[in-house]
Amino acid sequence: MHSWLLLAEAATPKGGLFDLDATLPLMAVQVVVLTFVLNALFFRPVGKTVEDREGYISTSRAQAKEKLAQAERLEAELKAQLLDARKQSVAVIQKAEEEVDRLFREALAVAQSEANSVREKARGEVDAEKAKAFSGIDSQAEKLSSLIVDRLLAA
Amino acid sequence: MLLHLPLAELEVGHHLYWQIGNLNIHGQVFLSSWIVIGALLAVVVLGTRKMERDPRGVQNLLEFLWDYLRDLARDQIGEKVYRDWLPFIGTLFLFIFVSNWGGALIPWRIVHLPSGELGAPTADINTTVAMALLVSLAFFYAGLSNKGLKFFEYYVEPTPIMLPFKIIEEFTKPLSLSFRLFGNILADELAVAVLASLVPLLVPLPVMLLGLFTSAIQALIFATLAAFYIGEAVHEEAH
Repeated sequence: MHSWLLLAEAATPKGGLFDLDATLPLMAVQVVVLTFVLNALFFRPVGKTVEDREGYISTSRAQAKEKLAQAERLEAELKAQLLDARKQSVAVIQKAEEEVDRLFREALAVAQSEANSVREKARGEVDAEKAKAFSGIDSQAEKLSSLIVDRLLAA
Repeated sequence: MLLHLPLAELEVGHHLYWQIGNLNIHGQVFLSSWIVIGALLAVVVLGTRKMERDPRGVQNLLEFLWDYLRDLARDQIGEKVYRDWLPFIGTLFLFIFVSNWGGALIPWRIVHLPSGELGAPTADINTTVAMALLVSLAFFYAGLSNKGLKFFEYYVEPTPIMLPFKIIEEFTKPLSLSFRLFGNILADELAVAVLASLVPLLVPLPVMLLGLFTSAIQALIFATLAAFYIGEAVHEEAH
């Protein structure tokens, strides 16, 4: 059943461990052919894929770094803007508070002076009324006294 | 065919000879190498059929392998020219790795050959010598194509005294590469086979696990050394 494998059953050489023969050059040719076949089937396509990927990764990394730098720049910019806005808002609030304070004081002063003048006026009026009343009382007292004197004299 | 127990049999140095013209080749080596190459290509084709930026399934495994091999080649050869040699180094690693593991994991004994037996293709000296010689060729090709004739300065650097040693090294490099791989894998297969023939159950398991470890390490060593040699050839001296 294996006779097809035994192409030369006659004239079989003796063999041995170190039997160098035409196997050597044929094996060399086979290895060279295998080198070219593997180069076409394995080394070139796999190398291309791996190196493409390495290129893709390095460009992606560079892009990502660029984007990160941009983001950091934007962040710093926005932070500066934010700080500025905070400062501005604090100033505005302070100004508004001062304004309110001033207005309050002004209003208070106006109200106080008005109250004072009203009070002064009222006091003046009271004094005038008082004086009038006193003068009224004096004249009446005089009238009464003259009346009393008249009565007493008449009696 | 009689009932043939798949275990308890040991053959060393028997080959299934095929004859092409008047040349003999080891059929079992090619049969098993086709099987492991087929498995390797199947995984590769399965994993690269639909490549996506977000990897899924087998693509993950292939990308992991590719990354691993790229790091290996880049570390040893250098940033400048490692791309040219990645397929060669990677193929050596993958072929040796799947051969070693295939030899250890595929139940080859199910298939009974008229002579010899199937096993790891790397357990045959022809395979390892072939790859080691390819590495030597690659060494010279890389050096000459990158530096031209200035490449030969390598032999007299740092001093001309090194010349004989460097020349001897050109012979010992393929020798050590091929024999290291061949010896390790064959020894592992023999150790497992001997233990399995003595005690078929459980006892060979630790040796098998150790064999898997050795197999992976040997693939790594061969590929790393090949990359290192090529790196030496293309290395620019910093004057």
